[in-house]
Amino acid sequence: MFKPNRSTPSTLSLAVAACLLMGAPLADAADKVKVGFVSTLSGPSSALGVDIRDGFLLAVKLNGGKLGGLPAEVLISDDQFKPDVAKQLFEKHIKRDKVDFMTGVVFSNIMLAALPEALDNNVIYISPNAAPSSIAGKDCNPLFFAVSWPNDAYHEAAGEFANQRELKSVYLVAPNYQAGKDSLAGFKRMFKGQVVGENYTKLGQLDYAAELAEIRAAKPQAVYIFLPGGMGINFIKQYVGAGLGKETTLLLPGFSADQDVIKPVGESMAGLFNTAHWSPDFSNPANQKFMTEFQKEYGRIPTLYASQGYDAAQLINAGVRDVKGNLANPEALRKALKAARFDSVRGPFKFNTNQYPIQNYYVRVVGNNPKGGGLINKSFDQPILRDRGDAYVQDCKMKN
Amino acid sequence: MTGLLVIEQLLNGLQFGLMLFLLAAGLTLVFGVMDMINLAHGSLYMVGAFLAAWLVALSGSFVLGVIGAVILTGLFGMALEYGLLRSLYVRDHLSQVLATFALILILNDGVKMIFGNDLPLSAPQALAGSVELLPGLHYPAYRLLILGVGLLLALLMFLLVQKTRLGALVRAGASNREMSIAMGVDIQRLFTIVFGIGAALCAVAGALLGPLLAVQVGMGENILILAFVVVVIGGIGSIRGALIGAILVGCIDTLGRSLLQHALREVLPPQWASAAGPAIASIAVYVFMAAVLALKPQGLFPVRA
Repeated sequence: MFKPNRSTPSTLSLAVAACLLMGAPLADAADKVKVGFVSTLSGPSSALGVDIRDGFLLAVKLNGGKLGGLPAEVLISDDQFKPDVAKQLFEKHIKRDKVDFMTGVVFSNIMLAALPEALDNNVIYISPNAAPSSIAGKDCNPLFFAVSWPNDAYHEAAGEFANQRELKSVYLVAPNYQAGKDSLAGFKRMFKGQVVGENYTKLGQLDYAAELAEIRAAKPQAVYIFLPGGMGINFIKQYVGAGLGKETTLLLPGFSADQDVIKPVGESMAGLFNTAHWSPDFSNPANQKFMTEFQKEYGRIPTLYASQGYDAAQLINAGVRDVKGNLANPEALRKALKAARFDSVRGPFKFNTNQYPIQNYYVRVVGNNPKGGGLINKSFDQPILRDRGDAYVQDCKMKN
Repeated sequence: MTGLLVIEQLLNGLQFGLMLFLLAAGLTLVFGVMDMINLAHGSLYMVGAFLAAWLVALSGSFVLGVIGAVILTGLFGMALEYGLLRSLYVRDHLSQVLATFALILILNDGVKMIFGNDLPLSAPQALAGSVELLPGLHYPAYRLLILGVGLLLALLMFLLVQKTRLGALVRAGASNREMSIAMGVDIQRLFTIVFGIGAALCAVAGALLGPLLAVQVGMGENILILAFVVVVIGGIGSIRGALIGAILVGCIDTLGRSLLQHALREVLPPQWASAAGPAIASIAVYVFMAAVLALKPQGLFPVRA
């Protein structure tokens, strides 16, 4: 039997302490930027993380492998869709690799588990996707920047769109967990008509026949769903298959009607309305360049996740550039990031006091790609919500 | 709540149950006859769905695509049994669980490498609409097809197991394996055939559910849990148990999500009903399983006395 040496723990902790001491800021002129990128890159939920990564790396590549004028080193690792693995990877990148920025996580629950590793060690986290309401409000943190969209923004935009369409009755479906309830609350915050039914389904549910029969009996003018991932694909397929689409308008959040859903659902996605902060047809030059280069590099149409990864890299680029590569002064770096002087692919973008975005949200409709090759989203000319922040910013006590 | 809605929900439950049966049938045979826990059973369902989506797109015919996928998945299952799983029969259940769990991961990423993360698969155009079964009762035509195929296969399986020589060998193997070996049954060949049939039934389920569910990597794990619940409720190794168990699970799950909610709204204050309803619906199947096991620890139709 192996017997542990009694002196091992104390020796180990001394070694750890020594490592930590050496981790103090080195010099003021950094010779490179190190970014730790932790995302879900394997398994069934990996499509989103892969798109964020590809968007991020594309921006670095188009920048000549640099971020803000310094050579960029992006350390990529896979959280396997597990919060505990993400937490360990954060610790590794922060304590051993001594990264300057952390980014990459797709899912809110995984990010919330790993985030303290970054914040407690004074490492800035740039969120390319997850933006929960808690961090927008009372738990806001100067080191946290959401370059994506607040978790309930799409649902608010959908509620406003239902108002604009003068829909009087809407039926809501979401999984029976906190994010599901928060999302529908976002929709109801904006929607002025009547909610004729709210159905909270099982997480990971496969068959929606029972819910569809309920919807048919309730006869709403529209149905709004928050069913991320495979749940949404299942629901949309069965909704269309049941012929409900002819009687009732189906409204979707943008992530349930993006390329990663259009592909498995197929033709029946055509004509569906959804809300998002970005659309592949945006005509601003930054987006034109992004669309061309992404398709050239990867041979597929980017999702909104890819656009968020691209913007995350652009934000880091702008921040490092504006402090002239001096990463030793965290306060200056933070100010530079907060100014967000880059051309976002989504168009107008700035940070609120809680470092969540203030931006426009658009209604999109799925239709034939004018360039051929299947379906793609097309946005309405006018945003449905203009310069929209979030509903939690007043709870954030951050000074500047 | 009208009578028509109740009928519609019962049909939904029956249809979902029959699909579960196709998965559980193979699982219960493999589990019962070979005493082998095959966690990768759901992966065969995924392979079947991907092959169907690929072949339907390739051939342009839904029927041809599904038949092709069923045959290929059956062959793939037999190859898997011959090449890998055969060596696991003599091992304990833990080794089988570990090996077949590894198989899940390998097949998931293998499918992803070959086909990508997901594939589109739609119902044939002729079955896109709904059929008026009774005045005022519209039911999706495609779900009716699933009902029909499910019932037909259930009947075929019943005949196969009860009336044929192969079925007699399977039943003998399930009730006492050592004795049937002693009686001179070529158990190796039997296992390969049984595994192939199980894989083919998985492919039928995967291909037919493809137009309703996302054909994507990892689709097998979701449905596998319910299939195991069905096997345990029905009694390990029993085809009849798998059929009854699957239909019960399908109906309880569907009715729990619909009728139960209405009933709760009648008897409970609204805020209680809206909180309790979804919670009860999501555990109803497992509560039922616990109740069955408490009363009949061997399941509803135990094979071994």
